[in-house]
Amino acid sequence: MIPLPLPWLEAAILIALLGAVTISRVRNLDCAWRWGVAFTGAVLACTMLASLGFYLQEWTGPKTAPSHGSLQVYLFGRPYLGLDELNAPLVPAAALLHFLTAVATARTKMRRFSLTWSLCAEVFHLAKFACTDPMVLIGLLTLGAALPLVEFINRNRPIRVYVLHMSMFVALLLAGGVVLDQTVNDPARNTIAAVLLLAAVLIRCGVVPAHCWITDWFEHGSFGIALLYVISLSGVYAAIRLVLPIAPDWLLHGIGLMSLLTAFYAASMALIQREVRRFFAYFFLSHASLVLVGLQLHTAVALTAALSLWLAVILSLGGFGLVLRALESRFGPLSLHRYHGLYEHSPMLAVSFLLTGLASVGFPGTFGFVAADLLVEGALGANLFVGLVVIATGALNGIAILRVYFLLFTGARHTSSVSLELGPRERIVVLTLAILLLGGGIFPQPGIASRRRAAEAILNPSSSPSHPARPMPRLTILPSPRAALIR
Amino acid sequence: MPDATALMIWLGGVVIAAPLVLVVFLGVSSLLDFRLSEQTISKSIQAAIRTGLLAALSVLTLMLVSGGRHVVVDLGEWVETEGFHARVMFVFDRLSVPFALLSFVLTGTIAAFGTRYLHRERGYNRFFVLYAVFLLGMLTASLAGTIETLFFGWELVGLSSALLVAYYQERLGPARNGLWIWSVYRASDASLLLAAVVMHQMIGKGEFHYLLGEAPWPEGQASATSSEAFIVGLLLLTAAAGKSGLVPFCGWLPRAMEGPTPSSAIFYGALSVHLGAFLLLRVSPLLECSPALCAVIVVLGLGTAGLAYLIGSVQTDIKSVLSFASLSQVGIIVAEVGLGFRYLALVHLLGHACLRTLQFLRAPSLLHDYHGLENALGQHLPRPMLPLLRRVRTSTRASIYRLALERGYLDSCLTICFVTPFVALFRRCDALERAWTNWLLGTRKRTPEQKPAPPVRMEELV
Repeated sequence: MIPLPLPWLEAAILIALLGAVTISRVRNLDCAWRWGVAFTGAVLACTMLASLGFYLQEWTGPKTAPSHGSLQVYLFGRPYLGLDELNAPLVPAAALLHFLTAVATARTKMRRFSLTWSLCAEVFHLAKFACTDPMVLIGLLTLGAALPLVEFINRNRPIRVYVLHMSMFVALLLAGGVVLDQTVNDPARNTIAAVLLLAAVLIRCGVVPAHCWITDWFEHGSFGIALLYVISLSGVYAAIRLVLPIAPDWLLHGIGLMSLLTAFYAASMALIQREVRRFFAYFFLSHASLVLVGLQLHTAVALTAALSLWLAVILSLGGFGLVLRALESRFGPLSLHRYHGLYEHSPMLAVSFLLTGLASVGFPGTFGFVAADLLVEGALGANLFVGLVVIATGALNGIAILRVYFLLFTGARHTSSVSLELGPRERIVVLTLAILLLGGGIFPQPGIASRRRAAEAILNPSSSPSHPARPMPRLTILPSPRAALIR
Repeated sequence: MPDATALMIWLGGVVIAAPLVLVVFLGVSSLLDFRLSEQTISKSIQAAIRTGLLAALSVLTLMLVSGGRHVVVDLGEWVETEGFHARVMFVFDRLSVPFALLSFVLTGTIAAFGTRYLHRERGYNRFFVLYAVFLLGMLTASLAGTIETLFFGWELVGLSSALLVAYYQERLGPARNGLWIWSVYRASDASLLLAAVVMHQMIGKGEFHYLLGEAPWPEGQASATSSEAFIVGLLLLTAAAGKSGLVPFCGWLPRAMEGPTPSSAIFYGALSVHLGAFLLLRVSPLLECSPALCAVIVVLGLGTAGLAYLIGSVQTDIKSVLSFASLSQVGIIVAEVGLGFRYLALVHLLGHACLRTLQFLRAPSLLHDYHGLENALGQHLPRPMLPLLRRVRTSTRASIYRLALERGYLDSCLTICFVTPFVALFRRCDALERAWTNWLLGTRKRTPEQKPAPPVRMEELV
């Protein structure tokens, strides 16, 4: 109990920042990789301790002193970062993904995969997920949008699609932030701010028709970097922190409809893709949109489902992306025009592909199953049409996964003179993911209960005793009961 | 007899635990890349099946001795949150115990056959991992006391089935057919999921006894109205039709024969193909609430039986003949369920599964048997024609022949009505998106989509 009150969250962010600076000065690839693993591992340990400290504080109640914020109060006068029911599991999940990506980076990929970039992105991810102040969050989202530009420029790839979309995103976000900042108990201004922020969030989440930047990003960026940038669903976090507290119901329905269409459209597009990267981009989009669908339904069950699905997406789709990356590092960019028959040369990769892929579509016994089941329950409870589309989307995603599995691993005889099996480091990553995905699937209750508490905190923040003190005077006076989420 | 009940519950736990331990053992060693010898795999399977079978037999004996007809193994709430809960519960009654025993006996037989049939095959370990998953799925589905538990087992059976069809994975055909089957399964599983959620909305719980009545099967009285029963029953019927290959989904059955003979026998001759009929038997108290639903089931069952007979008559390989013969019997079993003959359907199901397993296992040596018979007779074996067909005109007979050869045009209909428009629409969307992105980029990049696309077929999509 003694070490937990230390500012682990702040330490995690500082270590990631320090790591980025340190590794940028290391020229030897192996050495950089070792440093990268050490730094991301230390960040993961800190975030886990921070999260553990939060839950211990939850259980022990007011007897324990608040474990966070003291350093920030000392430095900035008030805490801007902190953990609550919503972000307590998200922060370590994001750190875990960065750590696993660094560990699984093959030698062939070390030159392309920038660990400095990864640690910089980790700083932004952790800060974003830990941030509960709208203005700081807007600032972090704006700065974070510039990160992919570095990758595009480093790889000498065209930036126009990304810049166009992100310019709109940043403009809308900042405009929404300005209106929000000037709003004092004015429903009309709240609505304007909500519309602007929502439009920004929809672009960031890749909702149709503003989704092309995601396929472009996956096609032109390094797979690992592209994966790390999008997979933690920062847009969804922004939606919960910025939009949900002030959005009127009609606007939420609007998000819901657009997200629902995107989920179905992206699942259908994933099914007909002929390149692995585009397939992954659409597959990811479909899942991200399903999370948004759950959010807009704004019932306890649907919100619990959306938040659980969000965690499941980070772990399962993150793992799935890492498996595809491992495949690419062995066989180069893979086309889905023909059957490859890779199973005989890399059976563990095939098993990992199936495990993570099926977990992402909510196959029974995996982490995503209960989330998917809850989402269907919540969607059908709200509207029959929404429920049917969610079920159809799940079915299409399931077919898409096995289609790609059969195309990549069966249907032909692949000849190779060298071993293409997983290395020890990749094996560790696969086993870690397997334990998390199957363990979370067999014993889902703790995860679901935690997400339920987070959903209740979103719906009715005053009833949640777990929120750390983060005064947000601008928004606490809003008439909507959701407004008090941001404090 | 409280002691007997406790013992039955404990033995019931063993029935479930045996295949679960087998899956964990084979699955974890595969995941750790720890290569088990053929002998170890074979012995572990034998041990699991013998333990499970012995425990199931003991449960049956104790049920007969004690007079208990309904033993519940309740593992408690799996997920519990306000507005949603899922319970893991297994029920041993007059329906599930015979089916569980059948599963153990037939999988044990197939395991003994398979260990020799697949000796020194490269995919030996893979086959038996999937086989163990299938066994767990069958046991879970047959003993399920809640719809969530049933769904869990149902999905395991579907996944192992699709992957075993693609067992010979260096060939194109098995991969395509595996995906076809998976697609049909996913569509029907979506229906089962919908049924589960509708059931939750109706009664707030997923336990069967809340919906089908507290009395042991088949005496339960469902607490649903006629329209509720029709909706839930229709969704369950769709799920059953997908899993059992009833009309209009029967096109996948011959495709499933691409798998090795042991898996064909256990899946499409014996157990998996009967799972749909089993589901209808399980919810038969619900079917009683809706005569219209019963009529639909009877029509579907008889239609499937007739069509399967016709299609089976023109097949040229023994496994396809057997699969359609199997399907025609499944159709009749479904019709029996619809007509309310529950025990008849159960006995029919058990007998048919055993007979068809034997026939499938004999299939590889069929030509040898035929040659022996023809040598003994001194002439070719007679090929009788259906008397009804003799009376129809030649042109009509040709049409029927063609209908049978084309398998009732069902696959073509599914392809033309659903697959082709779907693929064409979204390929068009993909081309438009690429054009839009290229325009934004200011390039005229040649992308794979601009290459001439091959003709759209179901196999190409799925």
